[in-house]
Parts: sequence; C-alpha cells; structure tokens
Amino acid sequence: MLLLLLGIVFLHVAALVLLFVSTITSVWTTGNIGTSDLWLNCTSAVGGPRCDPASAGEWIQAVQAVMILSIIFSCISLILFFCQLFTLQKGGRFFLTGIFQILAGLFVMCGGIIYTVMSPNWVPETESFGYSYILAWVAFPLALISGVIYVILRKRE
Amino acid sequence: MLTFLALAAVAFLGTVPQQSQSIVIYTGWERHALVGSDVRLSCSFFSWRWTSDDVTFSWTFRPDGSRDSISIFHYTGGAAYLDNKGPFRDRVEFVGNPARRDGSIVLKNLDFNDNGTFTCDAKNPPDIVGRPSSVRLLVFENVPIQAGVITGAIIGVVLGLLVLIVVIYYLMRFLVARRVFNLSVSKHGKKKKEGSQQRQGPAASAEPAKASSDKKKQESRKDKK
Repeated sequence: MLLLLLGIVFLHVAALVLLFVSTITSVWTTGNIGTSDLWLNCTSAVGGPRCDPASAGEWIQAVQAVMILSIIFSCISLILFFCQLFTLQKGGRFFLTGIFQILAGLFVMCGGIIYTVMSPNWVPETESFGYSYILAWVAFPLALISGVIYVILRKRE
Repeated sequence: MLTFLALAAVAFLGTVPQQSQSIVIYTGWERHALVGSDVRLSCSFFSWRWTSDDVTFSWTFRPDGSRDSISIFHYTGGAAYLDNKGPFRDRVEFVGNPARRDGSIVLKNLDFNDNGTFTCDAKNPPDIVGRPSSVRLLVFENVPIQAGVITGAIIGVVLGLLVLIVVIYYLMRFLVARRVFNLSVSKHGKKKKEGSQQRQGPAASAEPAKASSDKKKQESRKDKK
C-alpha cells in the first residue's frame, strides 16, 4: 500500500518537475543562431551570450499562459491529493485530484500543439525544436496517466 | 498663542532652504504612436511660487542616433512660437494652458524620422532652477501588443472561472443545506403539535428498530475489515 502511494506521488512529482523545467528554461527552439522561446531569445554574440525578451506575439503569449496554468493546476492537484488522502472516506475515489491533473495535462497538450503549429511563423527553417519543447511533450502523457490513475484509484486503508 | 504659531509657521516657510525651491517638470516616460497619426506630448511643472506671467516652456527634439538637439517650440511672454524651419514645420500645435502650468504640444502626421527624445524645459521666474524632463517617442507601423497582456488575461480568466465554480458549489451546498434544515424544523414542529400521546407508541417501536439497525451496521463494518 505504501509502495503504491509512493509510486503515485513520484509519478506526479516527476510530471510537475518536467513541467517546471520546460516552462522555465527558454530552449523551445535551438539552432545555429541561438536558443529562443518561451521567454528569452538568446544569441551567442562576440562578447558572450546576449539575451533579448522573446517576441511579444499573441501565440507565444498564449503558450506561456497555458504552460503556467498547467503548472498551477498540477500543484493544486498535488495539494488536493494530500488533503483527500486524509479526509476521504474509505472506498472513495480521488476525483478532484484526478480532474485537476488531467486538466494540467490537457493544458500542456494545448501549449505543445499551439507551439508546433504556429512557430514556423517566426522561427527560421534552419532552427530545430529544443529540449524544453520535448520535455513539455513528455510531461503531457505523464500528467494524463497520473490523472487517470487518480480517478481510477480507490482509497484503501 | 494661535497668532504666535501662525507667525512661526510663516517665518519657517520663508526660510525654506534653496534646494526645495527648484522647479520640478513632469512629462511621460514614453509615447507610442502609429505612423500618420497625431500624438500629444504633455508637460507640466510643480513650483512653490505662484505661476508668473513670464512663465516659459520650450521643447527640444533629439532624433534617435543623433547627438544634436534642435528646438521646436518656445512659449514666452504670453505667445507661442512654433517650428517654422525644422523637421516639424507646420506639424506642431500648442494645446497647453500656461496659466494652469500645462505646456503640452501636439505633433501631427508622424513619420519614422520622428523617433527620438523630446525634452521639455519650463521656467517660472524667479523659480528657474530645475532639470528638464524627457519623453521618448516611438513610432510604429502597427501597435504591438505589450508582452504579457494576453498571458495575464488567459491566466486570469481561467483562475477566475475556477474560483467562481468553487464559490458557486459551496453556495449551492449552503443553500440546499439550509433548505433541508428549514424543512426538517417545520416537520418537527408539526409532529409536536399533532399529539404528544401518539409519540410514545411509535417512539417506543422506533428505538429498538434503530438499535438493531445500528448493530447490523457495526457487524458489516467488522466484516469488511
């Protein structure tokens, strides 16, 4: 029982950490020019790396907002899980926790889709997707699986 | 006593040190405008002295990337003098009110060459010591959305909806609970009125039934464990 609990919490925390890393590091695009998105465009100039704020286009702002929302919802889900762990009746399901985690996963999916479809508008052809982008897409199934597990799980003593 | 205090206050104000008597000029930090549109550059000042008749305003312009400033507007002696030779020929208009310490101008039909820093200098004799204040003009082809506006809007809307849903849920629960409570209170009141004699009979039969159902529940719980 304890092992199951630890495993579930570990999965949740792993998804949360991936979300944090993906949102904070600005490496959604990399290439010869430098790294860019979500928050900074950094180019390696003569004196060292030089960073400017990312372009203030509508789509980047939408991706920023959605990623931050997914982090918020995943954190709320973790807090709710610990609340429900101690207050839920025996045999009850962690519905609320699961719903918030599934929503967080859906938000990451939206962010990934928006970025994939709209980034060719401002990213040159020579650039490729960076590790933050990949981590976001990895966090999406983790969050979704974690949420579904919460919905299916029944509280046992 | 009061007159003494008043005299002391006046004497104190009269001996205010020189630094606080400097004039303070206010303009904006930056102005954004579209090509071809008009923009109003506001300038006002704060001074301890009354607004004198010899108050002067002057605006100078320094283009982006240049070190020289040229004067484009001057107000003195009750008359405004506009640029008639420089880049703002026929494009400057004085819309300020010197009596109200307002020295604002309007630039018309903006162009990309108008990007630069505009400095307003105001003097209110005898209060002439002060630092001019500058406002930067940025001319755009189309006005860009400021970074973070859409981000904040989306996050705010979603979190607001969440809070709204939680509040509505708890409100519904509270209202339903109150309604149920009122109904049970009214039922209880009716039963009391109907008859206290009848109560003993059904009450006696209800209690053993209740006790047996409780016992059954406890047994089932033990089985589950």
